[in-house]
Amino acid sequence: MNKFMTVFLHTFLSKLKAKSFLITTVLFLLFIFIAANISSITSLFDSEGEPEEQTVAVISEDQTIFEQLSERLEIGESNFQVDAVDTSLDMAKESVTEGAYLGVLHITMSNEGLPEATYYTDDMMSMTAEAKLSQELEQIKIAMATNQAGLDQEIISSIYEPMEFNTEQIAAGGTDGGSIKTEEELSGARGLVYVILFLLYFAVISYGNMIATDIANEKTSRVMEILISSSSPVNQMFAKILGVGLLGLTQMALFLGVGYLILVQKQEELVGGFFEVFGLSEISISTFIYAIIFFLLGYFLYATMAAVLGSLVSRTEDVQQMMMPVILLIVAAFMISMIGLSNPGSQFVTISSYIPFFSPMTMFLRAGMLDIPIWEIGLSILILIVTIIGMALIGARIYRGGVLMYGSSTSLKDIKKALQLSKKE
Amino acid sequence: MTLILENVSKKFGSFTAVDQLSLEIQENSIFGFLGANGAGKTTTFRMILHLIDPTNGSITWDKDKIDYRKSDLIGYLPEERGLYPKLKVRDQLVYLGKLRGMTKKDAQKELNTWLDRLKVPHYLDKKVEDLSKGNQQKIQFISAVIHKPKLLILDEPFSGLDPVNVEMLKSAVEDLKNEGTTIVFSSHRMEHVEQLCENLCMLQTGKRILHGNLREIKRSYGKKNLRIETDFDINFVKQIPGVLKVQTYSWGIDCQIENEAVSQKILEQLTGKGFIRKFELEEPSLNDIFIEKAGESYE
Repeated sequence: MNKFMTVFLHTFLSKLKAKSFLITTVLFLLFIFIAANISSITSLFDSEGEPEEQTVAVISEDQTIFEQLSERLEIGESNFQVDAVDTSLDMAKESVTEGAYLGVLHITMSNEGLPEATYYTDDMMSMTAEAKLSQELEQIKIAMATNQAGLDQEIISSIYEPMEFNTEQIAAGGTDGGSIKTEEELSGARGLVYVILFLLYFAVISYGNMIATDIANEKTSRVMEILISSSSPVNQMFAKILGVGLLGLTQMALFLGVGYLILVQKQEELVGGFFEVFGLSEISISTFIYAIIFFLLGYFLYATMAAVLGSLVSRTEDVQQMMMPVILLIVAAFMISMIGLSNPGSQFVTISSYIPFFSPMTMFLRAGMLDIPIWEIGLSILILIVTIIGMALIGARIYRGGVLMYGSSTSLKDIKKALQLSKKE
Repeated sequence: MTLILENVSKKFGSFTAVDQLSLEIQENSIFGFLGANGAGKTTTFRMILHLIDPTNGSITWDKDKIDYRKSDLIGYLPEERGLYPKLKVRDQLVYLGKLRGMTKKDAQKELNTWLDRLKVPHYLDKKVEDLSKGNQQKIQFISAVIHKPKLLILDEPFSGLDPVNVEMLKSAVEDLKNEGTTIVFSSHRMEHVEQLCENLCMLQTGKRILHGNLREIKRSYGKKNLRIETDFDINFVKQIPGVLKVQTYSWGIDCQIENEAVSQKILEQLTGKGFIRKFELEEPSLNDIFIEKAGESYE
């Protein structure tokens, strides 16, 4: 047990102090910080880039249309003005190229007495003015056309008013309504599920690789032979998995903690933003508990696989190739749960939530988004735990032989060789 | 604390790496393991260390199986050198010491003593990858002995070292023996084995072809080496019955003879022919024995 702690702490501390780890963590935190402050950052650049308000020249046959347009633009906060000009179209275009105007809007009247317009600009990139002008002119045209047809303004606004459309879930168990997840709860759960799924995906790939690389490194540098003559390889394998696990939790806690602090600070700014989309305030405690359970179990399952595969390669360069099956499994699990996110009740997702390699993601998804009986979750957790134990037992034997194997081949056939090496014949 | 191997075999599939090997290694002695490349030395060491299990036979130390309960009493210097390249010498040795059951304080104390003794104290805070091969080897040696093992297994401990460092490590090995450590070591260099070991065993494709006390092995080998320096031509010695191999030099000859008696016949024939500068009868070197024994099984 003493040596277990030695390996465990060594793994944790040496990884924690590694430059690569510190850099990744700092970069990630920076990314979180920038993402949270993205709106204030872009506005900072905007206010510097466009200090003055810009103007669009308007040449209009009908003066009332220009007045209506100008009025509408003032009400609906736009970042440019319109200016009526009397010059010819060509001259106006010239002043655009000179930079006096953002563009020229040429409004003519059609045979039906409705406005038609052409917008001339030298800056095809900036679509905002164009879209705004076209939208406002559209409104003016509709008003004019309906006026000509003799329709009342109120009828028109009722036509354009969006219809009320609500979605409500029907409880499977009948009428005892208590277990129905409301729309808010569901969207909240969806947010958390999405975050956890992504974290799990990220964790399995990066920490799995870290474990496999670490073991391959010890084999490449041949220090492995000393290590396994000092303490049992199986002991070391689990100490490593736990050490990297603790490292992972530390990093995750840092990310989530910093993320949470920023959100709390910006809560006022973000009203209707992040909190509503992810609805974090609406989530039940059980979802959080499931998140932790499935995160840990998922990590252990994939970490054990990574450790075993890492023990089979003798060069660090071969780790990626060996890790391919694990990566494919986790990508598949992630894909299924992405589908499940929009349709958590589908048969496909249900079945996959009992398959150990997918269940950390898909069962958590179902538990978080649906109200499923507790025994279903329990069964899935049980299957997962049994698989992890089985994996660990077989893995330990493969590991014991694998660490002694030095060869160039990198295929899963090596598992057989490793088992032979560790077994008493 | 005798280490006993009884009829130990190890098969990898159809390949037999070690075949029916029996040995008895006494406490507080240095035991030499000889053999050409691929003779099964490393496999035997790995079995003693419990890294791999023998297919047949048993290995006991002090009448008990060797497993991880005993690993704190065992030191190992593998043939393939292995340390963490990116770790500093201090951290490395403290970690490996702790894995052998030492406390951090003890490990630090021992490590300083050893670095001083091997004259490399200034490498304490250097990364292993920045050291020369010979110095890495010294660190590797320290990692094998830092915890004062009772049983020390050294697989080719002196390869890659210059003569000064070989002497330094040799005296360290002898001191360890005098302090009560049982040492098993393997080498291709016969002179190292001759200088250090009382007992030895020679392996050839997994089989034991020679075993016992060094002096007895030499005596029972029978053949002797004879060196003759004369002022006259002595090539006729080749024709004398009992002379096996002759090597001619500018100053005279080296020859191998079947037994001591042959030397006297040669001497009789030489007398009166001229001036004899040297006539020396020598014990055969282990190198001769090894080459002949190893050569025999190739034929």
